[in-house]
Amino acid sequence: MAATDRRLVRRVLWLLAFWPLAVPAAVLPEDRADVMYHAYDGGGLTVDGPSVLVRKAYKDQVSIWGNYYVDMISSASIDVVATASEYSEEREEKSIGVDYLNGKTFMGLSYTNSEESDYTANAVRFGISQDFFGDLTTLGISYARGWDEVRRNGDEGFAEDAKRQTYRVDLSQILTRNLIVSVNYEGVTDEGFLNNPYRQVRYLDPAAARGYSYEPELYPRTRTSSAVALRGMYYLPYRASLKAEYRHYTDTWGVDAWNGELAYVHPLAGGVVLEAKYRFYDQSAADFYADLFPRQNAQNFMARDKELASYTTHTVGAGVSYEFETGWLPLFDKGEANLFVDWIRFDYDDFRDVRAAAAPGEEPFYAFDSLVIRAFISFWY
Amino acid sequence: MRMRFLRAGLAVSVLSFVAGCSGWQLEPWVSPYERNNLADPIMSFNRAPVAQAYLHHVYQAREGARGAEGGSGGGCGCN
Repeated sequence: MAATDRRLVRRVLWLLAFWPLAVPAAVLPEDRADVMYHAYDGGGLTVDGPSVLVRKAYKDQVSIWGNYYVDMISSASIDVVATASEYSEEREEKSIGVDYLNGKTFMGLSYTNSEESDYTANAVRFGISQDFFGDLTTLGISYARGWDEVRRNGDEGFAEDAKRQTYRVDLSQILTRNLIVSVNYEGVTDEGFLNNPYRQVRYLDPAAARGYSYEPELYPRTRTSSAVALRGMYYLPYRASLKAEYRHYTDTWGVDAWNGELAYVHPLAGGVVLEAKYRFYDQSAADFYADLFPRQNAQNFMARDKELASYTTHTVGAGVSYEFETGWLPLFDKGEANLFVDWIRFDYDDFRDVRAAAAPGEEPFYAFDSLVIRAFISFWY
Repeated sequence: MRMRFLRAGLAVSVLSFVAGCSGWQLEPWVSPYERNNLADPIMSFNRAPVAQAYLHHVYQAREGARGAEGGSGGGCGCN
C-alpha cells in the first residue's frame, strides 16, 4: 500500500488538542454529550466515521471531557492514481482533558493520541484565560507540544520523528450590547521529518515515454508559521446573528494565505435554527513547490503537494438544528439534532491534472468539488 | 518588524499618558443586564464544538494555512 496523502488525516490531532479551550473564560462548558457522523467525499478521497464527545462538570469548578474519533479512509485521489495504488485504512484518535474554573480564571489541560498504521501522534496542551474589565474582555494564552512518529508501510527500517510547538493568544472584547469581536494569534513551529514518506515530485525526463518521471519529495526539516484572525459576531434586531471572519497566514516556506467568511444564523419557531455561510480561501505556493521540475534533483528542497500549491477554494454551507425535549429520557435536560452540509470547490493555479493526455506541463489545471457532511445529536444533562 | 512593535508600543504609551493626565477613567460600557443578546446561543463563536472542530480539520488537511482557527474566546460574562 502506498498512501500519498496521509497529511489529510493526521493534522486533526493538532487541532483537536485545542478546541476544548473554545469557551468563555468565566464559565465552565455545559455538561453535554455529542455523537456525530462525519463524512468527506471529494477528489477521489472519502473519509467518514464517528466522533463521540462527553463532558461532565464536578462542583461547578472542574469539567472533565473525553473524545473518541475515527477516520475510515478510502483514497483514489489524483496523487494516488498518478503514483501509487488505491488504499483504505483507519485512523483512531482519543483525547482526554480537564478544565478548571477559579473565579474569573479558566485553565485547561488536555492530551490527545492518534494512531494509524504508519503514523503515531501525541500532543499535550495547556491553556489559561481570564475575564476582566467588567467581564467585557477575555484574554487567553495556550501552549501545546506534540510528538509524532512517522513510519512507512512496507519499509520496516524507516522511522522518523517530528516535534511541534504551538503558542496561541486569544483576545475577545464586547464592543456593544449586540457586538462581540475577537483577535486570535497562533504561532506554530515544526521540527523533524515534515514531508510525506510516499509523495513524489515530477520532473522532465526525455528518456521516459510520457516525458516525465517521479522522485521522492524533500522538505526542509523546520517550519514556522504565524496566523492572525479577526472575528466578529453581531446580533440582529429580529433575533438572528451575523458572523464575519478574516484570517491571514504566513510561514517560512513561503506560503501566504488568507480567508474570509460570512455566516448567518436564523432561529425559527419550534426550536429550529437555520444556518448559512460562505467562505473564501486563497493561498500562494511554497518557495520549493513546482508541478514539474526541469530535471531530476533540480533543487535541494522539492514539493509537489497540492496543499502547497497556489489555489483558491469556495465553501458554501448550510445547516439545520432542531432542539427537542427529552422528557422520555429522564437523564437528560434537552436534546438537539443537527445536520450540516458544506460544498467546497478547489481551483488550482499551478497543479496540473496528469491524467489528461497532453504534453508535460501543458495538462489542464486540476480542480475538484467535495462534499462535507456533519450529522450529530447532542444531549445536555 | 521591530519598528512596528516600537510604534505600537509608543502609541499605547501616549494614549495611556493622555488618559492619565485627563483623569479619564474607562468604565465597562455594557452592563451585565444589557448582555441578553450576547448570551443567546446563536451568538456563540463555537455553538457546536464537535462539529466545528471537524470542519477545521477538513480545512487544515487540505489547505497550507494552519492556526488561529475560530472558536476561542467569548467572554460575555453572561452567567
